[in-house]
Amino acid sequence: MASKTIRVDYIARVEGEGALDLHVRDGRVTRAHLKIFEPPRLFEALLRGRDFAEAPDITARICGICPVAYQMSSVHAMENALGVEVGGPLRALRRLLYCGEWIESHTLHAVMLHAPDFLGYPDAIQMAREHGDAVRRALALKKAGNEVLRLLGGREIHPVNVRVGGFYRVPSRREFARLAEELKRGRDLAVATVQWVAKFPFPDFERDYEFVALRHPDEYPFNEGRVVSSRGLDIAAKDYDSEFEERHVAHSTALQSVLKRRGSYLVGPMARYSLNFDRLPADVQALAREAGLGATCRNPFRSIVVRTIEVVYACEEALRIIASFEPPEAAAVALEPRAGVGHGCTEAPRGMLYHRYEIAADGSIRNARIVPPTSQNQLSIEEDLCEAATLALDLPDDALRDRCEEVIRNYDPCISCAAHFLKLAVHRT
Amino acid sequence: MRPGRKVLIVGIGNPDRGDDGIGPLVVRQLAGRVPPSIRLIARTGDALALIEDWAGRDAVVLVDAAAPGTTPGRVHRIDLLEEELPTDLSRASTHAFGVADTVGLARTLDLLPASVIVYAVEGVNFEPGAALSPEVAAAAEEVVSRIAAELCHLEHDCA
Repeated sequence: MASKTIRVDYIARVEGEGALDLHVRDGRVTRAHLKIFEPPRLFEALLRGRDFAEAPDITARICGICPVAYQMSSVHAMENALGVEVGGPLRALRRLLYCGEWIESHTLHAVMLHAPDFLGYPDAIQMAREHGDAVRRALALKKAGNEVLRLLGGREIHPVNVRVGGFYRVPSRREFARLAEELKRGRDLAVATVQWVAKFPFPDFERDYEFVALRHPDEYPFNEGRVVSSRGLDIAAKDYDSEFEERHVAHSTALQSVLKRRGSYLVGPMARYSLNFDRLPADVQALAREAGLGATCRNPFRSIVVRTIEVVYACEEALRIIASFEPPEAAAVALEPRAGVGHGCTEAPRGMLYHRYEIAADGSIRNARIVPPTSQNQLSIEEDLCEAATLALDLPDDALRDRCEEVIRNYDPCISCAAHFLKLAVHRT
Repeated sequence: MRPGRKVLIVGIGNPDRGDDGIGPLVVRQLAGRVPPSIRLIARTGDALALIEDWAGRDAVVLVDAAAPGTTPGRVHRIDLLEEELPTDLSRASTHAFGVADTVGLARTLDLLPASVIVYAVEGVNFEPGAALSPEVAAAAEEVVSRIAAELCHLEHDCA
């Protein structure tokens, strides 16, 4: 059979630039390479020698969409190294800040970037002509998330109010009361968004993923919990390196993360949801069931429904935190530098984000390691692509290419975080 | 003087990426040279936030870098009442939802202020950490003067 190459110079509606190579032989996709060719950003190296207190502000710069995740994993890892635990109102406020980021990030992806795939529009602008209400809802909802970051983070993008030990300033009850009004409206908008996406047509496609997420005794996870999987993994963040490893692959400047014993795994909304369904409030569980989800979701195309469910949860959790808010004695706990190693795992919107730091007695950083969610999901994305593209090989090349882009957008990948444009080449031999 | 229309000027871009910094630079240079009634802000990253920024404003001026064209430093003035923002001029952003997308969306949803003027300056170098190219830096003064010259019209409808 003659060989054929199809090229796409730019995959739309993902954060960053990458390319895709599909190799097809005898009616099967034999290899799908997600090629991330952004230059390495060397954050881990530039952290060396900096003061431990600088880590949340430096690492937040890795991503304009999920800076809170970087701040949270870094403060937890640093506090772990310093032997300090931050509890009470400060811990609750960290969850609140994370709620803001989930609302903002999930809403942007689900409605503005992902929904057009299901409704047959090239982008949200075209979609807005016939689905204006849904888009207006998303803008208002995103604004509610932005308000959380503005108030508690100091500004919406790259918040500046987070520090190791707590915050620089804690807002007043009156300020939180105004935010609560916005979040109440946000909660209703989020429910309407779940009901809207639940009616989309979803391909019949499931994969047997090993889900990996944090799990906490009482809460749906943000900042704290053990690292667990659907195949029995149950470890503390400090044991991350004994179970996971990062590998160099020739086609990507991002490292690919695998479970040492079993290979690929999945982090993110579907993993979090499937491992922690019992930790969602009863009304959110009921809403998920009404939206056609079971307690486990293995259809990556339905991840859009899971994201919107998590937005409802984040609005409710934020309201709960504000309702029970008691001002802390101080905006941060006092810290003394000491030599040590610390680990932190938190749940970024796109999945688990691991940080490890080694610090010297004077508080300077000796080593830093950061494993973002998109690195962890790369192999899983490639496996989804192999299977989904094999099922779609009869389609004309344009349709096949569309399907591949959809498979990638299921992940809300942040290619910028992982190492930007997706180019697609199909090699048929 | 009677109260005028509410005007917002937004400089869009990342000052740490070479010519992408032209928007924020123009806004810095306008500070102190425009009446206090004019709101000036710089924005990086999420273009969708512009819809919140211009809510309630009657007129908006956006200053942004344009992707490499033929003439670094060339200034394009686009009146969005009269024409669309060409997407190929504003693809310098690697973000998922750019300025042209945001303007298009706001137009569809009827969320665009009555008057929107875009100054797009052709850039040539968008490397992280790079300084503004000399041609682009030189264009800042031209953009500042042209905005200053049309402010009276935007705010008070004077000729």
